[in-house]
Amino acid sequence: MSSHAQAHTSAPDAGGAMPSYYEIMETAVRELLVEKKVIGAGEIRQMLEVMDTRTPALGSKIVARAWVDPEFRARLLANGRATLEELGIDFFEDTQLIVLENTDRVHNLIVCTLCSCYPREILGLPPDWYKMRPYRARAVKEPRAVLAEFGTVIPDNVEIRVSDSTAMIRYLVLPQRPPGTENFTEEQLASLVTRDAMIGVVKPNIPAAKEKSQ
Amino acid sequence: MAKGLGREPGPVPGIVKAEGADPLFKTGDEIKISMRFPIGHFRTPNYIRGKRGLIEAVIEPPAINNEDEGFGRNAGVKRHYYRIAIPLSELWPGYTGSRNDGLRIEVFETWLERS
Repeated sequence: MSSHAQAHTSAPDAGGAMPSYYEIMETAVRELLVEKKVIGAGEIRQMLEVMDTRTPALGSKIVARAWVDPEFRARLLANGRATLEELGIDFFEDTQLIVLENTDRVHNLIVCTLCSCYPREILGLPPDWYKMRPYRARAVKEPRAVLAEFGTVIPDNVEIRVSDSTAMIRYLVLPQRPPGTENFTEEQLASLVTRDAMIGVVKPNIPAAKEKSQ
Repeated sequence: MAKGLGREPGPVPGIVKAEGADPLFKTGDEIKISMRFPIGHFRTPNYIRGKRGLIEAVIEPPAINNEDEGFGRNAGVKRHYYRIAIPLSELWPGYTGSRNDGLRIEVFETWLERS
């Protein structure tokens, strides 16, 4: 059979390319761990199921709640993990959560320079750019330039705090509630909070000013 | 009536904590990150080694030393991580942003020196 004919008989999305070095290593380690009964095959599937329920929509709800409920907000800032556990949001391993409040004087940004630590419990999987070296290296070195590339210009009189997540702490940025949302319901408020706003690279959407370039 | 155990605010005196040592540093202490370069993957990134900063908070609960944990040793005495504040101008001498801009990072106790 010619290679041309072969190309047509295999499904185009079935992964014709050879697995990469790291894919082979991952498969080998996973199979070894299961074979030696360190983990069960079901545990991996179960973790994937858990991750599927954790998306930025969960984080948006938490932010919106903090905007409308000052008592919840205070507890969230004092102890992120314990407060979210009360809502049934459990955490993986021993990680703690620090919620970083943006104010008129402080703008927070999160990064993991070593790898890809991220508040997966409440935001799900991180975006690709968060895991790539340009963001990881530059966020701690020239945060203002990085923010500007996301369209976020922070005035010089506002302090930028970059939190580098390296070990047991995960961070969530609590953005400022946009002006003009006084009559919004909690649900409407949640719709303004994007994943990137909770990483700190942008501000929440401003509903009325959407068509104006902000 | 005598005050019962657990009704008074604050810790009961004379208790040895199961989780291990009390923190060696407290909020506001001036510290320096150790300038060491052991081989392997550690949770103290190179770019903060040898830099000066402040303890912003003690992180509870105490944790296993990640230098051991990273090599599969999951037992031993627990110590604290600290939330450290370092000005970006301390990290990067040519930093051109605002003087107030800063880094926050968690560092394990064994990497901290008094400054």
